Amino acid sequence: MSGIFLPGYPAAAAQAKPVAPAKARRWLPSLRRAYTPVLILIIWQALVATGLVSPQTLPAPSAIAISAWQLAVTGQLLTNILVSLQRVAVGLAIGVSVGTALALVAGLSRLGEDAVDATVQMVRTLPHLALIPLMIMWFGIGETPKITLIALGSMFPIYLNLFAGIRGADRKLREAASTMGLSQAETILHVVLPAALPGFLVGLRQAFGIAWITLVVAEQINASAGIGYLVMNARDFLRTDIIFVGLAIYALLGLLTDQSVRFLERRFLAWRPSVLREAGR
Amino acid sequence: MNMMSEVIPEADTLADQGIAVAVRGLTRAFGGPNVLDDLHFSIAEGEFVALLGRSGSGKSTLLRTLAGLDAAPPETLVVPSARAVVFQEPRLLPWKRVLANVTLGLRVPDAREKALEALAEVELTQRVNAWPLTLSGGEAQRAALARALVREPKLLLLDEPFAALDALTRMRMQTLVGDLWRAHRPAVLLVTHDVDEALLLADRVMVLKEGKIAIDMDVRLDRPRRHADAQFNRLRGELLAALGVHAD
Repeated sequence: MSGIFLPGYPAAAAQAKPVAPAKARRWLPSLRRAYTPVLILIIWQALVATGLVSPQTLPAPSAIAISAWQLAVTGQLLTNILVSLQRVAVGLAIGVSVGTALALVAGLSRLGEDAVDATVQMVRTLPHLALIPLMIMWFGIGETPKITLIALGSMFPIYLNLFAGIRGADRKLREAASTMGLSQAETILHVVLPAALPGFLVGLRQAFGIAWITLVVAEQINASAGIGYLVMNARDFLRTDIIFVGLAIYALLGLLTDQSVRFLERRFLAWRPSVLREAGR
Repeated sequence: MNMMSEVIPEADTLADQGIAVAVRGLTRAFGGPNVLDDLHFSIAEGEFVALLGRSGSGKSTLLRTLAGLDAAPPETLVVPSARAVVFQEPRLLPWKRVLANVTLGLRVPDAREKALEALAEVELTQRVNAWPLTLSGGEAQRAALARALVREPKLLLLDEPFAALDALTRMRMQTLVGDLWRAHRPAVLLVTHDVDEALLLADRVMVLKEGKIAIDMDVRLDRPRRHADAQFNRLRGELLAALGVHAD
């Protein structure tokens, strides 16, 4: 993502600074982007410190940090994070695998499309979170309903994007491959699947997002461990600060997984002009 | 004038006679009037044939049929199995570097060395590790040419390969294709709508009109050819007239 430049401050002006060392110049934009969040934190802290806002409603950033630290030293924080992470990891692994398998079947053969696509499209229209009552009746209140929900939610973006990617593979490139004597299997391997990879990664990013949202909702129902449990427990004891710690953890984990997909994109889509530009080549 | 014999013999005998391509009674239609209408012609081994025609004359259909991209009844067509195509767009796989694009599908033990040689021939040694989307139009088309050459085709099919290039790059590419043809001597079918290009490169120019061959002309001009040549101009006028364009 490139920055937004106001008309009065063209990019060239920023780059024209005479002797800034290369490293410093690369850091400057990210530093500039940190100004606003830091300012918000300062104002927030000041509002609570001056008594304008009750710490019961909105605890000060410093108080939240202290609570996080206390939870961390007792080991509670890590244990609960690991429980939540495991739910997401297992759910995603199942959802991504099933979504990928279905998309390959439907994308690579007409017969597969007839067998799979219409059904998946129908099930997809059902909001998966609406299945929570059913999940509880079927699987009880343990890990199974939570993981099933995450798997179900993350399956569809993978399926839809990969299927579209496979079907969108350039016909002209497939033709060129056939004039080069590539077999059908080789064409799929060298032409169709690489062409579908960008779509798959878009799907993966969406799947991560949905997995976290599903986790938040699923964990608030009868969980005995996990970030959601921590937050629900804090609500019962009116610990607004711990609720904020939970929110911050969710945000951080979401950011982390999003960055991991961006890493995959840079690694596997290195041939794309946008990635090449980002890498400064 | 053309190479067609009265009775068309089988593929082996054709090869003995030095014939690379034999088309006999090829007709193609896509639910309308015939795009190709009972075509008969042959191309000798190592012969450079240019195929001219207005849009919709069926020249691309003919090339696709010769390339095996469109099916044709087997008795109407004899083509060598070693064929290669260069399209108007380079059609390189963007996710493979230039070298990997050239070696793709190449089933010989020293594929890498062969590919490097071919890339050297088209003067792309500097860009063997480049991503295709970073190449200029001319470079990409040269890579496509190397990808075709490395397969040592008996028949090289060129589908308006210079149409999308700027004028200067096009001139360089025409020279390059002429040099490569002289060095490797595949039979060439160049589909183009550029009369000068056809006269510059080909031994023989055919004009396709409504699915039939309207003109089949031998070009007996010394190489390298020059646009200023009087004979060149006479042939150009003739071809343009056949295409329905009247040059003053």
